[in-house]
Amino acid sequence: MIAPAQYLALAGMLFILGSLGVLIRRNVIVVFMSIELMLNAVNLTLVTFSKMHGDLNGQVLAFFVIVVAAAEVVVGLAIIVSIFRRRQTASVDDARLLKW
Amino acid sequence: MEQYVFWPTAVLALASALLMLFSTNAVHSALALVVNFFTLAVFYILLDAPFLAAVQVIVYAGAIMVLFLFVIMLLGVDRQESLLETIKGQRVAAFALAGVLAAIVVFTLRTAFDQTPFAGLEQANRAGNTEGIGRLLFSRYVWPFEVTALLLIVATIGATVIGKRRASRDAVAQETADVSEENA
Repeated sequence: MIAPAQYLALAGMLFILGSLGVLIRRNVIVVFMSIELMLNAVNLTLVTFSKMHGDLNGQVLAFFVIVVAAAEVVVGLAIIVSIFRRRQTASVDDARLLKW
Repeated sequence: MEQYVFWPTAVLALASALLMLFSTNAVHSALALVVNFFTLAVFYILLDAPFLAAVQVIVYAGAIMVLFLFVIMLLGVDRQESLLETIKGQRVAAFALAGVLAAIVVFTLRTAFDQTPFAGLEQANRAGNTEGIGRLLFSRYVWPFEVTALLLIVATIGATVIGKRRASRDAVAQETADVSEENA
C-alpha cells in the first residue's frame, strides 16, 4: 500500500527539479517548461491531499490550476515569440533592458 | 497492486524530469516533458481522479505541449545554449538552494505526514468522479469558474495582440503600389 507521504515526496522532488531548471537553464523555452513541471508537481500534491482527506475540493482546485496554466502558457509563448522577433534570441540573458 | 504501478511510474517520472532538465536539445526536453505529463495522469488514476487524468492528457500532453513544440519549431532548434554565467557562481548556488529545498521537504514530510493514511474517495466518488467535480464546480466554485472564463478570454485576446506582427509602413506602401501598377 502506498502512503500519501510517498506521493508527496515524489511531488516535492518534481518541484525541486523544476525550480532547478528555472535557475540553471538559459533557454527561455526550457525555463518555461520547468515552470510547467512545478505547476504539475503542485497539482499532484493537491490530488493527493484530496484522496487523503476524502474530499473532492482538492481536485477542483487542481482543475483550476490546469486552466490557469493553459492561459499562462498562451500569453508566455506569445511574449517569447515577440521578443524573438525583435531581438533574434531565445536566451534569458539577452532580455535585460529593465536591469539596472 | 498499487505499488506495482506506482514505483515504475515514479522512476519514469523522475527520469523524464531529469532528461528535460539536462538535455541540450529543446525538442528532446519537450518530448521528455510529455512523458512526464503522462506519468502524472497515471498517478491521478491511482489517486481516484479519472477526470483529472483525462484533462491532464488532453490539455497538457495534447494542447500545451503541441504549443511548446510549435514555438520551438518557429524559433529554430539548432541554437546552442551559452554556458557563460552572467551571475558568478549561479549554478553552484542553484544546486545548493535546491538541496536546502529538498531538506525542507523531507523535514516537513517526516514531521507532518509520516504515517497519515488515505481516507479514500469512495464516499465522495460514489455518484462518479466527474459528477462530483461538476457538482462542486457549479455550486461552491461557480464564481471562480466564471472568473476563469473571463481569464481565458483575456488570455486569448492578449496573446493575439502580443503575437500580432506589425505591418511595416513600407511593405504596405509597396503592396498598394504593386496593386495600382497591375490595374494600370
